[in-house]
Amino acid sequence: MKTRHKKLALIGGGLAVLAIIAALVLNALNSNIALYISPTDVAAGKAPQGKPFRIGGLVKEGSLARQADGVTIRFVVTDTEHDIPVDYKGILPDLFQEGKGVVAQGKMTGEGTFTASEVLAKHDENYMPPEAAKAVGDAHTRAAEKKAAIEAAGEKPKAGY
Amino acid sequence: MTDRFNLYRFASPATFYPLAGTLIPYFAAIAAVFGIAGLYVGMLVAPTDFQQGEGYRIIFIHVPASWLSMFIYLVMAGWAAIGLAFNTRLSGMMAQALAPTGALMAFLSLWTGALWGKPMWGTWWVWDARLTSELILLFLYIGYMALTAAIDDARRADKAGGLLLLVGVVNVPIIYFSVKWWNTLHQGSSVNLTKSSMAETMLWGMLLMAMCFWMYSIAVALMRVRTIMLERERHTDWVKAILAGGEQ
Repeated sequence: MKTRHKKLALIGGGLAVLAIIAALVLNALNSNIALYISPTDVAAGKAPQGKPFRIGGLVKEGSLARQADGVTIRFVVTDTEHDIPVDYKGILPDLFQEGKGVVAQGKMTGEGTFTASEVLAKHDENYMPPEAAKAVGDAHTRAAEKKAAIEAAGEKPKAGY
Repeated sequence: MTDRFNLYRFASPATFYPLAGTLIPYFAAIAAVFGIAGLYVGMLVAPTDFQQGEGYRIIFIHVPASWLSMFIYLVMAGWAAIGLAFNTRLSGMMAQALAPTGALMAFLSLWTGALWGKPMWGTWWVWDARLTSELILLFLYIGYMALTAAIDDARRADKAGGLLLLVGVVNVPIIYFSVKWWNTLHQGSSVNLTKSSMAETMLWGMLLMAMCFWMYSIAVALMRVRTIMLERERHTDWVKAILAGGEQ
C-alpha cells in the first residue's frame, strides 16, 4: 500500500466516523432541533409545561375570526387529527391563509387554548401561476360537490368502469 | 497513468496557470449568456405566483446561491482530500481560490432568504434547522479563510485548512436534508432530480440562473487561483519569466 493510499483510507475512515458521530448526536437532539410540535404532540402531553413553545400545522378552513374585542384574532391549528384554538393579537404575515401552514409561538392557557405571541406563515413547496392554482381549486371543488351530490342522493359511489 | 493524456501534468501550477488564463473568458462569456437568459425568463416570462405574487422572484437568486454555497463547499472538501492524500500544490490553491466565492454564495442565500422571509413568513430570521445549518456553513467558509490566513507557511495553512474543510463537510448533507428530517419553517425542496412542484417556466428560469452562478464561480475562482499561483510561486523560474516578459 502506497502512502497516498493509506492517507486516502485514513481520510475516508475519518469521514465515516465523523458521519456516524454526527448522526448519533443529531438523533439524540432530535426533539430540540424541531422548530415546532404538532397538535397531536400537544394532545399527547409532549408540550413543555409553563414555558413558551411553538406549534405548527394547518389553519383550519373557516376557523379564522376576529374576537368581540376587535384586536384578538382566533383561528384553529390542526394536523387533521387534533385541533388547537389559537388567540393572537398582532399583524398576520402575507402568506397566512386558511388551509395553509402556520407556526405559532406562545403558551397554553386554560381550557386548551394557545395564546400566541408570534405567528409565522409556513410556505409550501408549490410554485404556480394563479390560473393553474384556480384550475386545481376548481377541480377540487367540483370533486367535493360531486361527492356531496352522490351522498345526498343516497347512492354509493360507483365502481370504476 | 495513460500515455496519451496525462492529467497529472495539469496539477503543476506552471501548466495550469496558462490553461486557466485561456479558460476564464469562455466561462465568463457562458455565465453572461446564461445570466441574461435566466434574468429574462425569471423576470419577464415566468408567471406571477398564485400566493406570493411577485415576491417569489427572489428564488432566481436565492436558490442558485444556496445550491452553489453547498456545491462549492463539497468541491473545496474534495480538493482538500486530494491535497492531504497526494500532497499536490494545486489542490490547496484551488480550495483557497474557491473560498471567498463560496462565502459570498452562503451570504447571498441567507440575505435573500431574510428579505423574502420578512413579508412572507413574518420574520427575518428563525432558528430552524435549515437556516441555522446554512449559517454554520457561512461560518465554516469564514473560519477556513481566517485559519489559512493566520498561518504564514502556505503548505501548513493548506493542511490545517484542509482538515477543517473535511470535518465541516458533514454539515452539507445536514443542510440539504434538514427540511426532511426535522420540522422547519423553511419549506421542503421544490425541485430535485426526479420531481418538481414548480411551474415549468419558473423552473427554467431557476436552472438558467443556477448555470450562470456556476459558470461565474468557475471563472472567478480561476482568476483568483492565478493570483495565488503568482504569489506563492514568485521565486520559481516560470513566474519570473512571466513577470519579466509579460504574459504569454
